[in-house]
Amino acid sequence: MSEITAERTIPVRIPTPLRGLTGNQDLVSARGSTIGEILKDLQSQFPGIAERLFDQTGNLRRFVAVYVNGEDIRFLQDQKTPVGPEDEVSIVPAVAGG
Amino acid sequence: MQLEFFSHLRCRECGRLYPKEAIHVCEWDFGPLEAVYDYEAIRRHISRDRIESRPPTMWRYREFLPLEGEPSVGTQVGFTPLVRADRLAKALGVREVYVKNDTVNYPTLSFKDRVVAVSLSRAREMGFPVVACASTGNLANSVAANAASVGLESYVLIPADLEASKVLGSLVYGSRVIGIRGPYDKVNRLCSEIAGKYRWAFVNVNLRPYYAEGSKTMGFEIVEQLGWRLPAHTVIPMASGSLLTKIAKSYREMIDTELVEKRPFAIHGAQASGCNPITDAFRKDTELVRPVSKPQTIAKSLAIGTPADGYYAIQTIRKSGGAAEDASDPEIVEGIRLLAETTGIFAETAGGVTVACARKLIDSGKIPKDESLVLCITGHGLKTAEVLSGVLDSPRVIDPSLREFDRLVSSDINRAPLPTRSEG
Repeated sequence: MSEITAERTIPVRIPTPLRGLTGNQDLVSARGSTIGEILKDLQSQFPGIAERLFDQTGNLRRFVAVYVNGEDIRFLQDQKTPVGPEDEVSIVPAVAGG
Repeated sequence: MQLEFFSHLRCRECGRLYPKEAIHVCEWDFGPLEAVYDYEAIRRHISRDRIESRPPTMWRYREFLPLEGEPSVGTQVGFTPLVRADRLAKALGVREVYVKNDTVNYPTLSFKDRVVAVSLSRAREMGFPVVACASTGNLANSVAANAASVGLESYVLIPADLEASKVLGSLVYGSRVIGIRGPYDKVNRLCSEIAGKYRWAFVNVNLRPYYAEGSKTMGFEIVEQLGWRLPAHTVIPMASGSLLTKIAKSYREMIDTELVEKRPFAIHGAQASGCNPITDAFRKDTELVRPVSKPQTIAKSLAIGTPADGYYAIQTIRKSGGAAEDASDPEIVEGIRLLAETTGIFAETAGGVTVACARKLIDSGKIPKDESLVLCITGHGLKTAEVLSGVLDSPRVIDPSLREFDRLVSSDINRAPLPTRSEG
């Protein structure tokens, strides 16, 4: 089963504002062992998604939040946060609540 | 009569326009969407006289609210008292203090009735059968009650460990109350995901551009009740930071539509020390709001670790020449007691935060002693009464005997110079 390591995919929840780029899918799969790699893979699958997520300096935009199993990556290791096949990644607009 | 003065939603970041639908973020940069109004049309349409001729509710300022027709939910919300608080002013060492008393807002005793009145009216205009929210308690109470009043089905999602009164105060209306294990920020994140899946009106998610505008009415009322005058200083509690930005917006809108004379107004923000991401960023002179992962404060209604409007709140405070403060749990309780003992107003923990922070801002000179000051008190103390248990003296218990009572009173007189009739 060693090929799983190379081929593993991780489920990523896509918020409404980005579904125009994912063919209206709210759940997609991406490859990578860190959040940074996952997001990069999303861009290769769905061109244009990166410019929505990142500002000109390459940082995640102020109002974009990324979660691994419900935990904000800012409380983990930001884009270096490791992810495995059993994890679930969510991209969520940060402007809500209060 | 022309009813509609708002035309679009607009991204606060990039300015792109969107139709007025149940959407809250820009597709391009995730920036928040805000209602766009035709202020020139509003200016021509309203006047102080016209507003004063209307019923005493928040809907006096209907032109500044994002509805297409007449409101259909919460038609009696708002126009709470603005109380001149001279005894509190004396205790704080300033000349002129007013309390904007939303502890008696109708029907659920917090400022949230304002935002819910707008968002549920809008939800009905859009034809949503189910309304929902992520809440630290007050919003849940208000959504549950106002939904019940018009027969809308409601789901309210709250942190599972909220104050008992706030849980019961949602359940009683027949709302579907869901407790989530974890802090508010996780409730909020879950609601964003739910809102992306279910076609419900989440008042503070996909209806947030409408919802948030309701907070402006607190500011409009302050200005009218001060005799059409802007207060020099306003102290506002901050959770997401939305209320603070919207009160500032209301002041600007009144200037822009010539309802009030332009003058400087400072907007000050108040947080709990155990969850102070906005105040912390203000102190560090940065716009990067560092989230708080585990808020720890008795002011649960302010315990938002990742404040949606933190960035805008900081900008508003700075631009207006205001400041931000925070208060520890004992200071919050002290603030609740000071307000109660000097004004007869019993505020929830967020009110204690506001009073305690106002005191600090005065003591540090950020609020001068001789300028007008308004404190925004946003929720009723009975909702968080448990924070006072063990803090206040217990009632003294005696037998039904006049002799025992005489003894008790004479010991009081010896103990403290309490006023009695004979002294007068």
